[in-house]
Amino acid sequence: MSIETISLSGRKKVVSNKDMSFVERLYLVAIVKGLFITVKHLFRKKVTIHYPEQVREMSPVYRGQHMLKRDEQGRENCTACGLCALSCPAEAITMKAAERKPDEKHLYREEKYAEIYEINMLRCIFCGLCEEACPKDAIYLTTSKVLVPANYNREDFIFGKDKLVMPLEMAMKNAQLKNAN
Amino acid sequence: MESAFIIEKSVVIVVVFAVTMIMAMYSTWAERKVAAFLQDRVGPNRAGWGGLLQPLADGMKLFSKEEFFPNTPNKFLFVVGPAIAMSTALMTSAVIPWGDRLHLFGRDIILQATDINIALLYIFGVLSVGVYGIMIGGWASNNKFSLMGAIRAASQMVSYEVAMGLSMIALLMMTGTMSLREISLQQSGMNWNVFYQPLSFLIFLICSFAETNRTPFDLAECENELIGGYHTEYSSMKMGFYLFAEYASMFISSTIISVLFFGGYNYPGMQWMVENVGVNTANLLGIAVLFAKICFFIFFYMWVRWTIPRFRYDQLMHLGWRILIPLSIVNIMITGIVILRHDIAAFLGF
Repeated sequence: MSIETISLSGRKKVVSNKDMSFVERLYLVAIVKGLFITVKHLFRKKVTIHYPEQVREMSPVYRGQHMLKRDEQGRENCTACGLCALSCPAEAITMKAAERKPDEKHLYREEKYAEIYEINMLRCIFCGLCEEACPKDAIYLTTSKVLVPANYNREDFIFGKDKLVMPLEMAMKNAQLKNAN
Repeated sequence: MESAFIIEKSVVIVVVFAVTMIMAMYSTWAERKVAAFLQDRVGPNRAGWGGLLQPLADGMKLFSKEEFFPNTPNKFLFVVGPAIAMSTALMTSAVIPWGDRLHLFGRDIILQATDINIALLYIFGVLSVGVYGIMIGGWASNNKFSLMGAIRAASQMVSYEVAMGLSMIALLMMTGTMSLREISLQQSGMNWNVFYQPLSFLIFLICSFAETNRTPFDLAECENELIGGYHTEYSSMKMGFYLFAEYASMFISSTIISVLFFGGYNYPGMQWMVENVGVNTANLLGIAVLFAKICFFIFFYMWVRWTIPRFRYDQLMHLGWRILIPLSIVNIMITGIVILRHDIAAFLGF
């Protein structure tokens, strides 16, 4: 077998520029063939998903909105080390670190915490590299199906800690679940 | 003229008008459904079961939309355009035989608004006035693109009308009459004209696609070259009239194809039904058969629309002038030779 005739995919076709015969030039046969191709689809199963009633099943590796985790005692995990911002290919993450005050021990797990933690949702590509980079298990991409909602102001696409930090109740529930196990 | 006759004809006219309207209305729904099904989608399904109330919702939307007039030199013509398109599309249904006859209240009711002996000429005449609707609308829009769309539509319709008329002549030579009623009667049994004049049928079919401005010949409207086409500047119900006229003329031309070539209301065994079951049952079945044929051709229009891409303008003209017209002349000659042979054979006593 010579190299020209090898077809790895099995779909190789040699282009021919031969003149069409009279029957082919009438196009009627081709049109009838085309009509039969389309009419076959009349009886096919429809691929439509009736959106509000049915929701498309997400892929198991789907990554939704970010969340900054709390531990079982409700303290924020993030220490504002900046590794997530460093690993972010879209440079969507910015933060400002602050030192924990003695009376804030119930709020933050370590001495340093993120005073400001912002993700620009217009830039974020949900790649999950922040999650991988985080040494403190602080940032997670949830499976939440609520993606970034539409908005009129660009400022509203910058999600601060108010939108990102895990709600306290959720942390409580997680702690309870862990104790139950 | 006796009053019963007038009442009878008025009822037929009102019913025919209503049926044409309803068919055109539901063609818009059917078009969207067929398009969806051919593309593995579902189509309109929110308004009513299977979206059956969609035409009403569309109508309400079109009626309540803002009426927009461009800065046109003649506002009157701007309104007259869609009106002409609509009325010509509806006028043709007057001469179509919807069935043979019903026997009601001791009278024979002929299911046809009027039986004129030049019905075919009348149809061609009215259809060719329809081009004025598009032409006037395109011109009064005061928009170069609309005018270009209108010119394209006009030249396309004029060229295809020639081939259409010539293809009809072969049929006329065979049937010897222009009355659609007589043509229907001649086709009783299975003597459908399509078996005797297949080429004529093919040419007529292609030309009626062009005449109704349907894909693959919808050169009058073209988003990528002409923004919208002749109706770019139209909004609200005036736009709705143009679209409605297209669907009405699609219904009419499906009817004409069924009547001329597919036997109209005739179905195999109709004579037997008339003798054994009764005139009324047989003819009601005949009306149903005619509507089944019409619905098939409406479906065919839609089927072709979602299969074949739009022609280029020079291809359209090439097909019309250099293929269809010579073909129909050849068809006339063949028909003439066959008729002549037949006559000579009859004369010589074979």
